[in-house]
Formats: sequence, C-alpha cells, structure tokens
Amino acid sequence: MALRIEHVSKSFGSFQALIDVDLEFPQGKFICLLGPSGCGKTTLLRCIAGLEAPTAGRILLDGQDLTHAPAHKRGFGMVFQSLALFPHLTVGENVAYGLKVRGADQAQRRKRAEELLDLVRLKGVIDRPISQLSGGQRQRVAIGRALALDPKLFLLDEPLSALDAKLREAMQIELRLLQQRLGISTIVVTHDQREAMTMSDIVVIMDHGRVQQVASPLDSYRSPSNAFVADFIGISNLVPGTLRGRDTVLVDSRPIRVARLPDGIADGAPVTLSVRPEEVHVRPGRENGENYLAGQVSFVRDLGASVEITVRCGDQEVLAVTNPRDRPAVQIGDPVAVELPAAACVVLPS
Amino acid sequence: MANPGRNLFMALVVLFLAAPLIVVAGVSLNAEKQLLFPPQGLSLAWYGELFLQPDWLNAVKNSLIIAVFSAALAVSIAFPLAYFMWRHRVWYAKALFALGLAPFTLPPVITALGFLVFWVSTGFYGQMIATLVSHAIFFVTLPLVTISLGFESIDRQLIEASQVMGADDRTVFRTVILPLVRPYLISGYAFAFVLSLNEYIVAYMVAGFTVETLPIKIFNSLRYGYTPVMASVAVMFVLVAILVFGLIARFGDLPKLLGAWSSKET
Amino acid sequence: MSAQPASQAVPLPDGAVESRPVAQRLREHLPLIYPALMLGIFFVVPFGIMLAVSFFHRVEGAFFEPAFELANYARFLSAFFGKALVFSLWISGLAAVVVTCVAFPFTYFLTRMRRGSQVRYLVFILAVLSLSEVIIGFSWSTLLSRTAGVSNLLYYVGLLAQPTAWTPSFGALLVGLCYLGFSYAVLVLYPALSRLDPELPEASRMLGASPLRTFFSVVVPVLRNSIVSALIMVFVFNLGAFLLPQVLGRPEHWTLSVLITDQAVFQSNIPFAAAMAVFLMLVCLALVALTLVFGQQRRAV
Repeated sequence: MALRIEHVSKSFGSFQALIDVDLEFPQGKFICLLGPSGCGKTTLLRCIAGLEAPTAGRILLDGQDLTHAPAHKRGFGMVFQSLALFPHLTVGENVAYGLKVRGADQAQRRKRAEELLDLVRLKGVIDRPISQLSGGQRQRVAIGRALALDPKLFLLDEPLSALDAKLREAMQIELRLLQQRLGISTIVVTHDQREAMTMSDIVVIMDHGRVQQVASPLDSYRSPSNAFVADFIGISNLVPGTLRGRDTVLVDSRPIRVARLPDGIADGAPVTLSVRPEEVHVRPGRENGENYLAGQVSFVRDLGASVEITVRCGDQEVLAVTNPRDRPAVQIGDPVAVELPAAACVVLPS
Repeated sequence: MANPGRNLFMALVVLFLAAPLIVVAGVSLNAEKQLLFPPQGLSLAWYGELFLQPDWLNAVKNSLIIAVFSAALAVSIAFPLAYFMWRHRVWYAKALFALGLAPFTLPPVITALGFLVFWVSTGFYGQMIATLVSHAIFFVTLPLVTISLGFESIDRQLIEASQVMGADDRTVFRTVILPLVRPYLISGYAFAFVLSLNEYIVAYMVAGFTVETLPIKIFNSLRYGYTPVMASVAVMFVLVAILVFGLIARFGDLPKLLGAWSSKET
Repeated sequence: MSAQPASQAVPLPDGAVESRPVAQRLREHLPLIYPALMLGIFFVVPFGIMLAVSFFHRVEGAFFEPAFELANYARFLSAFFGKALVFSLWISGLAAVVVTCVAFPFTYFLTRMRRGSQVRYLVFILAVLSLSEVIIGFSWSTLLSRTAGVSNLLYYVGLLAQPTAWTPSFGALLVGLCYLGFSYAVLVLYPALSRLDPELPEASRMLGASPLRTFFSVVVPVLRNSIVSALIMVFVFNLGAFLLPQVLGRPEHWTLSVLITDQAVFQSNIPFAAAMAVFLMLVCLALVALTLVFGQQRRAV
C-alpha cells in the first residue's frame, strides 16, 4: 500500500508540531521516523493513524483520501508506547479484541488468537491476565493484537523504549524479521538512531516539525543532507569553513579539497564540513599539504577496542577514531597534523 | 477531535447546572419585592440592602467570623494529622485519619445532632463558639484529604537530598516540606472556608436561634416572608466561590490539587 | 541510608521495627496529640453522648433524662418511620444511579479536554458544589414554580397551556437531589478518570471500535470499581439531604434526615431523634465499608 503524506502541517494552538511534511512511502517497506524529542515524529504517526487531524494537507493510501476518516475505520494496526493492553481482558481476549468488534464468533477468535500468539512466539499464556506477564511478553501481545486484523499499515510508537537494553536489541531484530516475513508496510517512531539503522529500509529524519532527510540508513550516514542529520546520525566532526572555487573549502585559511559538492552553494559562502571520526587521520608533527589541519592533542581515550583522539585545531575540536593497531604515537600536548581526506568530506550549507 | 454529540451533552449538563443560578440571579435583580422570573424592571437595590439592613449585615458578620476561624481550626487539626500519617504509617494514625474522614462522609444531620447533644450537655448550646468548633470538626475532612494528597506528592528524594546537605529535621520541615505542602494547605483552607459560609444544618442545630448565619437567615426568610435579598445573597455566595476557586486555579495546579497525576499541557 | 540516630525525616516503611528511646518516641508523637484530642473531645464524645441519649427517656419541657429504654428504637420501626426509611433509601438510590450515569461520561470527557478548558469547568463545578442546600432548594423551587419558573418559559413559547407549579412533587425532589449530588460525583470520579491511560481508548479505536463502543467496552469495564464506589458515595451523600425534601417535596417525601431534624428541634424529642440518627449512621457506615471493599478489590487484581 503506497502511503502518501501530502504537505501535511499540524498545529496545537500556537505551537507548530508539523510543518509542511511531504513524503511518499512504497509498499512493504520498513520505515523509521527518527528524531529528538519534540521533533514531531509521534504527531506524524498519530496523524497517519487518525488519532490527530492535520491542520493542513492530505493523507492518501493508494490514492484514497484518508485525511478525515476516523481512526476506527482506517484498518491500521498500532502498537502504543505504553502498550495499552486492556487490563480487564486476558491475553487471548486482548489479541482477539478487534475480531470481536468485527463480530467474529468465539471459535474464530480463539483460533486467530492462537495463530497470532504463535507468530509472536508466546506459548501457553492465552488465558492469563495481563498483569501476570513480563515486559517482553506484554510487548509481544501488543504486537500480536495489532496484527490480528491483517492491517494495511503497521504503526509502532517507540515500541521498545520500555525494555532493557539486551531485550531491546533482540526485539529489534525480531521485529525486522517479522516484518520481512509478512511483507507489511511498517512505520516505527524512535529517537534511537541505532534502532533506526538496524531495522529500517528508509529513515525519515525530523527536527522541529520538519523533515530533514529521507534516505536509506547508510545513505543518511554517508551523505547527510545538513549539519543536524550529520550530528544526529552517529558522531560527526562539523568544521566551519568557506567555499573557494568548485572543489576546495578553506578552514582557517588551510585548503581542504573535497570530492563532492552539493548544488546551489555560491563561491565564498560559509559552509560546514562534515567528516566522520573514523575517516580522520592523525599524524605526529606538522604537514603542509592540502587537506591537513594543524593542531594539538587535547585528549586521548583508550577504549580497548578503539582509540579516540581529540585534537584542538584553532577554535575547533576534531575527533579521530582509530583501532589500536593503527594508533599514532601521540600523547596529550603533542603537535599533530589532522588529515581530512577529500573522499570523506561532506560539504553542508551553513 | 471535535465531536458534536459530546459537545451537546456537555452543554446540556452545564445548562442544567447553571439554570438555577441564572434564575436566582434574575430574581435578585427584580425591581419589585416579588418572586418573578423573568425579572420585571431591573434593579440592584437588593444587593445594597444586603449591606444596609442590620439583620442581614449581622448575618454576614457571623458567617464570616465563623468561616474564617473554623477553617483555620480545621486546617490546624488536619495538618499535623496528615503529616504524622505520612511519616509513620502506623495503625493508630490510620484510625485517627479515618475518624477525620468520618464527619463529612456521614449525613450532616447526624453530626449536627451529635453536636447539639454535646453542646447542650456542656452548656455551650446557643453560643457562637459552639458553631465555630462544630464547623471546624465537621469540615476537617476536606483539608485532611487535600493536605494528604499534598504530602503524597512530595518526592522523597528531595528530603534525602536536603538531609545529605546537612539539614536537620526542623530545617527540612521548614525549607522543603512546608513550601511544597503550602498550596495544599491554602486550598484546604479555601475549601473549608467556602463550605463553612454555605453550611446550614450544623449551624442551625447548634445555635440557630441565637447565632444567625447567612444560610440560616435565607432559610428563615424563605419560610417567613420572601425578599429578593435572599437571591442576591445566593448570587454573592456563587461569586465568592468562583473567586476563591478561580484564585486557586490561577496560582496553583487545580487538576493536581484534585487528584490528577500529571497536568498535560496540550 | 544508614541509621541516623535521633532524626529521621524519611518515612519508615510499613511494619519497620526499630528500638528507639521512649522519650524520643514520645516526642515524635507530639504532632498527633492535638488532632487526637480535638477529634476525641469534639467528635467521639458527642457521638458517644448521642448513642447514650438514644436510649434515654424523653422529658416534656426539658431535653431528656438518663434512662435505658428501647422505646425509641421500637417506635422507629413503626409503620410511619419505617416507610420514611424505605423512601429515603429508594429516592437516594435512584438519584445516585441517575447522577452516576450522567456524571461518569461527563467527567470522562472533562478529563480528555485540554488543560485550560478543564480548569474552567473544574472551577465551575467547585462553585456549584459549594452551594448550600438552602440555595439549591430555593433556586429549584423558583425554577419549578408557577410564577417564576420554567413552565412560564414553555407557556410563552406556546408548548404549555398555562404555567403550572411542578413543585412540591416527587419529580421535583428527584431533580433537586440529582443537582445536589452531581458535582460531588464529578469530584469523586475525577482522580481515577484523569489517571486513565489515554492510550487505552485509542488502542481500542485503532482496533476498529467506534468511540461509543470503546466507551462501553474499555472505559467502563476498566473503571468499574470507581463507578461503583462513586455510586455508593453519592448514595450516602443523598441520604444526608435534609432541606430539599422539605422545600421540593410534600410531607410524604420527607426523608430520615428531615424527620431527625424535625424530632430534634420541633418535637423536642431528642432521644428519638438520636435513635434514628444512630440507625442512619450504621446504614451509612455499612455502605462506606462496601466502598472500601471495592477499592481493595481493585488493588488485588
């Protein structure tokens, strides 16, 4: 089911939660809405679900305008952040709730509940009250309940935030495998970028109500479209500079040659260079060629599996990460040269 | 999500609740000394009468004195009790707490009769102090519940933090507990005050013939000769209540004071 | 936290046993003495006296003299007063049911509103709650009267042949009681309803249930215990109405509270009034105990 979100805005009084969000999702993909708290991702999900009405714009599913359809008529499955399992019903009754609403009889409901509990790998709890389940078990019941009616869209609002770290990582993989098995279009809201990278085909990065970038996880990492994305996805060095010509950025009047340049930035305009720490090389002493900055080591962090070296270059702090084998022989206070390889530099508008 | 059915329902209920108030307000503005609605000829004269006629003024004075002091007395009883119960959850504290809840949850006439018998036996029947003390005990429940809510809302870690910084019991009480509980103390006082102003049966049974409070005067007026001043008194009562609770809402977190956990700003 | 000898501002866990010097224990109990004294002297003692008085003998011209007779209770169980008891329970119960059925959805909608609107409604409800029975009785008797009431409005509009007095009557008393108990019910229901997880009804809607169905399939069952508790509390509250039956009802509609007042003040028969009061109190305590049972049940689940 192709989902189209057409220039959707949403305001609560004077607060603008969503500003001109325009997206199109192909069928069968796993999509993550990613961003910090308050960026509007949950509001967007709730608009898609029908729990909020957009102030402007339309939402269409396979060309059909859903914008003003009430939530209970949309046929989507949703897992809530608090899970929202009905405390007065057993596990089986929770899972089969949607079927009961549709008028299925007792035998049909029981059968389907068993099928779904099997799907989410929960055995033997069908008649238990919710209060007796662990956090991970409740999570699965919530997923099973949402999938009971073969929904066209599967929506999840920070579904794993209540789980402990180890369980969360296991569930991320399970969710992904489940989605692939069922082929169902899935939208997950999360603030955890690792989670987004693990599970999704497409990541929608949002901030302050606007979409910042739509890309595959790897593309968003390698080619962030602006400084916010560069900083939000993984860690990045953000070095201010000035564009000179079509292939060089001046940082503190040192030339840094770059391989790619986005369109629309004028010569002489201020830009930000984004370089991932693992691409930065630190060499002892001074180098005077292109793509080198001069600096002094301010901190060295030996983490066992990796080494992090922080170098102060003028007003900037640049972070370099290497593995122990390639570690340069430097300590705090040493003068060093920091290489920013052309291929690793991403130029972003300031 | 706008829902016309729901809005209509809410509007009807509000209309039902407001209807008598509207009527009373209209009656209070009637120029003639008659019970007429809609009012024929508008006049604010009856509001003036309230403060000019000596017997009404006397009733106002009585009501105010009793309300101010009985509410204070009620809070003075409720506060240490709630504090103790919060600190030491022992059975006798809980029993005393239940005793504190009893006056208000029972039908008022029972409490009123109990007080009547008591004051007759002790010889204070008919005196203002009897009304004052009776009101204080009768209205202990509301401050007790409110202040307990207030104590429960205190984050224990705040106390622990202040202790770690060297505060002793008295300082912790003065600098941490008291400021946090203060809004609940104030709203507890306000509830007791407003309710005392409006209370009839206890005041009537205990000293009704000698100490005439406003509600008693209204009821007597109802029985023995109508005057629209009654209606203007009723309107004043409503305005005072709205003022008091409006102030609490303005300066405090009313939903939280009434038991909601978190106030969501949407 | 390691043991702090003399001062502990942190509450002790239930049942914690610690040996502390007697003098210190006594000092800690200081806050409790004043409330205990006040409640003891001014609440327990009056009730004790009332209980005793209910067995006393009524004396003409004076209040009462000490005795022990069950005549008061026996008289209470006579036809007249028995009927008043039954009527009191019947109308209080009926009004409680009506009020709870309307107040529950009202309070539910109230708790779903934005904060600003909620506060305005709450101030209004609190103002209505603080109205004394006198004012409510006066207002409704005006509203239902022939000269100044609603029937005038309907007469002007043409729906009624002539203005009529709808009070005093059973209906008028019922309406008055409903009015009296409504704001109380809202405040009793408010804490539980505002703590209801808003995602529960949303989950139900996502699973295909209309808002109406969601209300009856999810909201009501989950809050069942609160509803029953509120109903009982309004019931007890209604039993306490002493003025409305006199203002809005005929003598056959007078409830126990009215009769107690009447006997105590106008018939000067305090022992009898005390007996009825004791009985009424027992009924109410039984009902309140029921509320607590329901409250416990919820926690057990």
